Amino acid sequence: MTDLALPAPATVAAAPAATAPRPRRALAYLQAAPLALVFLVFLVVPLVLTGIVSLWEYNEYEIIPALTLQNYVDVFDGCLSADLCTTVRTYLSTVKFVVLTLAITLPLGFAIAYFLAFHIRSGTVRMGLFLLCTIPFWTSNVIRMISWIPLLGRNGLINDTLRTLGLIREPIEGLLYSDFAVVLAFVHLDTVFMIVPIFNSLARIDRRLIEAARDGGASGAQILWNVILPLAKPGIAIGTIFVTTLVMGDFVTVGVMGGQQIASVGKVIQVQMAYLQFPAAAANAMVLLAAVLLMILGLTRMIDLRREL
Amino acid sequence: MDLPSKPSRRTLLKGAAALAATPVTGFPAVHAAEPVTLRYLGTAVNQSADIAKKVKEDLGITLEYIPVVTDEVTKRAVTQPNSFDLIDTEYFSLKKILPSGNLQGMDAKRIKLADKISSVFTKGEVAGKRIGDQGTAPRKVFYLEGLDSKKFAGEQTQWISLIPTVYNADTLGIRPDLIKVPVTSWKELLNPAFKGKASILNIPSIGIMDAAMVVEATGDYTYGDKGNMTKPEIDRTIKVLIEAKRAGQFRAFWQDFNESVNLMASGETVIQSMWSPAVTKVRAQGVPCTYQPLKEGYRAWASGFGIPKTLSGKKLDAAYDFINWFLSGWAGAYLNRQGYYSAVLETAQANMQPYEWAFWMEGKPAEKDILGPDGTLIEKAGATRDGGSFDARMGAVACWNAVMDENTYMVRKWNEFIAA
Repeated sequence: MTDLALPAPATVAAAPAATAPRPRRALAYLQAAPLALVFLVFLVVPLVLTGIVSLWEYNEYEIIPALTLQNYVDVFDGCLSADLCTTVRTYLSTVKFVVLTLAITLPLGFAIAYFLAFHIRSGTVRMGLFLLCTIPFWTSNVIRMISWIPLLGRNGLINDTLRTLGLIREPIEGLLYSDFAVVLAFVHLDTVFMIVPIFNSLARIDRRLIEAARDGGASGAQILWNVILPLAKPGIAIGTIFVTTLVMGDFVTVGVMGGQQIASVGKVIQVQMAYLQFPAAAANAMVLLAAVLLMILGLTRMIDLRREL
Repeated sequence: MDLPSKPSRRTLLKGAAALAATPVTGFPAVHAAEPVTLRYLGTAVNQSADIAKKVKEDLGITLEYIPVVTDEVTKRAVTQPNSFDLIDTEYFSLKKILPSGNLQGMDAKRIKLADKISSVFTKGEVAGKRIGDQGTAPRKVFYLEGLDSKKFAGEQTQWISLIPTVYNADTLGIRPDLIKVPVTSWKELLNPAFKGKASILNIPSIGIMDAAMVVEATGDYTYGDKGNMTKPEIDRTIKVLIEAKRAGQFRAFWQDFNESVNLMASGETVIQSMWSPAVTKVRAQGVPCTYQPLKEGYRAWASGFGIPKTLSGKKLDAAYDFINWFLSGWAGAYLNRQGYYSAVLETAQANMQPYEWAFWMEGKPAEKDILGPDGTLIEKAGATRDGGSFDARMGAVACWNAVMDENTYMVRKWNEFIAA
């Protein structure tokens, strides 16, 4: 880790790139080339292709190279009328899940990371507990999600227990196949993506800063708010980006936990793919990409990730 | 670091090449003696290990199963026609696959039992009586104009699009222990008495037809063709679904076989559209479940074998051999014992015990315990099959799984329904 970090200041020192000797610049490009190539082949090319296909026409069994905006018109069909159109409804529903999931995973992830970073004194125990957080990831996320169903169902463990205890007479229907179930699964699946980057940020905070703040007479809350939180911002931002993109692109969790009754952008795309409507699916994917990029752009406006890292 | 590593890697590669070269010399001889392998693309439903084993014994042909979901079969047939030697797909998919030109017509002269294939396919009749023709009825897409034709023929020709594997008639599954009233009509699916306990499938083309059965049953509207709706008809049907969804009629929608089993077995739903083997599976768990015959009739489906255009020579011969074997009885009996129907009923009958035939095909009470192909108990002696005999069930077909002309519009409206 330190070995890798070392050359960085050196390049910064020789910052005016124009004055750098030519062979060194070539070498730098060469070093960056493999990763750039991977990005080009596996990210840029597919994205451009998706963009191109989204402008094509299609019928039941073939896609026809042509230039049309019809697919985008279809995506936003009816959005100008008073009633909310399908796309807006779908995005609102998805964004609602993003907000709810963030509202829970952020404080939860921060609290766990804080506990790990500041309250556990032994480094070994800390790493042990940290690894413990990742253990659920040894099983597939579909299985972790499905395992909620016997618990939450109409005749599930929770309803049965409550009934046996005499607390309720009729089963609580809203436990499963509802917004609640979806958010619960998201929190279960995604909190760790909040914990890891925040923990990473917290672990790198110089303890002397906290001591200095305490010596300066700051209370615990003030230290948290004025010292730790600002320094944890990069971790929070990265965690938020993880959770946002995961929830925005998801259709399996919403499908299974929502009983297929709740719309998600991913599901719309999947249905269109299944019916060989690739251009329509591509157009939807481009709109989704734009939406997610906008959200991340907004986020990076609030926190300058480059500087903070 | 660079210098010493290079030569060592070279030598290593050389060594590897030398090692690999040795077995290569003997390869062609082995290949020549190798029996034919057919790559069989289809859904997992028909791809049983028993059938593959029996084919290997009888014909020496190796089946290599490529199990994917229904929509994926179509997608592969259209986009990767060289990735399989034999396709087992639903008849309604033909409307998408055939125009792509990726299938060849099958020569009826090379299919020994072509004349014996059930009249459901050749004429659209059961026991001499015309059955429901709405949707993509196999009769409409059974014959092609020629070997390389991309068009369906109006009448009987020498060229067949798909040779039937299995077919069945679908209806609603119910939990008789939780539904106390008799259910006799499709309209019960949206009966407010079952609020929060109903389900349909989230496969747009099939789900919308079940919804259409409901709409017709209520007497609100009669479709020209439930399997090929006009835009206003689609709007009308989706509107009914949206109203029901907003009123909380549905507990969940299901997408795959196991989801439907779990919904029913756990009591999350008490009435839902269902597939026949799923009902059997719920019962196998000891939960009462009825595949309820309804007065408006069934929504039927059928799938069959097709051959890709590029198949030729030894592999093509093997494909015909396999299909002829498939129709010759053993496989038919195997499928009938699962509650499906097979293409050539006579040969299947010859391979079944009389009491099995009486139970599965004639709708008579079981004389003995009825066992599945794998030996598990399916029904105890005395039970009768839901819906009765072959003639009663297939004879009451109202419509067939379909691809509509307005498919794109329908999918868009379906997404609107899910988002509502």
